[in-house]
Amino acid sequence: MSSPNSRLPALATLALGLVAAATALVFFFAPVDADQGLSQKIFYFHVPIALTAYGCFGWGAWKALLHLWKREPGADLESYVAIHQGVIFGALTLLTGSIWARASWGVWWTWSSNQLVLFLVLFLFYCAYFMLRFSVDAGPQRANFSAVYALFGVALIPVSFLAIRLASDFIHPTVFTSAGPQMSGKMFFTFCVCLAAMLSLAATLCAVELSGKRLDLRLRELREALA
Amino acid sequence: MSYTRDVGALARKDFLLELRARDTLPAMLLFVIATLVVFHFALPTGSSDLASNGLLWVAILFTALLGLGRAFVPEREQGVLDGLVLAPCDRSAIWLAKSLAVLGFLAAVEVVALPAFAIFFSGVDGTTVAAVALADLGICAVGTFLAAMAAAGRARELLLPLLFLPLAIPIVVGGVGASVVANGGRYLAFLALYDAVFAIICWASFEYVVTE
Repeated sequence: MSSPNSRLPALATLALGLVAAATALVFFFAPVDADQGLSQKIFYFHVPIALTAYGCFGWGAWKALLHLWKREPGADLESYVAIHQGVIFGALTLLTGSIWARASWGVWWTWSSNQLVLFLVLFLFYCAYFMLRFSVDAGPQRANFSAVYALFGVALIPVSFLAIRLASDFIHPTVFTSAGPQMSGKMFFTFCVCLAAMLSLAATLCAVELSGKRLDLRLRELREALA
Repeated sequence: MSYTRDVGALARKDFLLELRARDTLPAMLLFVIATLVVFHFALPTGSSDLASNGLLWVAILFTALLGLGRAFVPEREQGVLDGLVLAPCDRSAIWLAKSLAVLGFLAAVEVVALPAFAIFFSGVDGTTVAAVALADLGICAVGTFLAAMAAAGRARELLLPLLFLPLAIPIVVGGVGASVVANGGRYLAFLALYDAVFAIICWASFEYVVTE
């Protein structure tokens, strides 16, 4: 019980340091993009945030699998918290993507951007996850439903990706191709620091939310014991 | 094999119930025809056949939702699900049988809806029919699974479309692609992939939906 709480300050400090370092690197170290200029800087936030959202959804699904498979106690709560953070990062992805689309293509939304459309689908899907969770009473059944639906999510990500690829033309810049990242070394280093910053930030937020939720649960238990 | 016998018995129960009560199929039929009439007025003169092809998929999806919303009503009202879970059969048989029953209803509706669409709007080609058949499998597999979850929630009628529509977007992409693109083979393959992936997940995890 005490170990996650004692790790939290260290994690938070790491996240803070990495976010500060990432911001400094983005604006003072990474070269200005020859093609898109200053607006390309949002790439260093948009893409790591998107990858972090995927990471959260994946982690949530992994915990869901552990809940169903090993009946690990607490896995349901961890899965929920990870997906909650995933939805927050997903909303940020939509927001930053929309700003980037405005800056480089002149429109707030484009259906030909595969990643944005995929995130919209996932965002709708995971919002429905919350609707499902809040319409079932707390208990083993709710844990099972949430876990199964979270597993549907990881199947939906590649299937939707394929669907959207099939459905659209290809204006969205593909930075990572099979030939490796199309970036200079400085840009790639900045990108990696940004990714680490976002991942550590997500981990910190998860840990904070999780400790709050655990405290809430314990409080409820104590209240019931006293009543 | 006892598994197929269980599935057969459960699906027969649903068909028999529908034959006697007739509360789902006529509603779905009326709904799909009414939807097509609404689409006629929603499409201004001069809209292409491609637009009406897209709307066919909207009609199919929403008609299926109507049927899916009713799928677990008898089980819920009569407390049948507890009995089925107690019965000595594999739990996934409950899902498979219900999916087959919904598939039967949906196919029966489409036997009327596709010719009606061809008369009202534009002809339906073989690829579209194949896409409809493949999409039906996916719709029924995923939809039945989600309907079972939604039936246990508080806001069940509200919940099912919310749970189902994001998962149905790939079906719409595959279906519309197959009916509007000249060479729709890869869209059919995509629909088949969707069916396989989600049918396996549903089949493997249905046990957790009905048990604790």
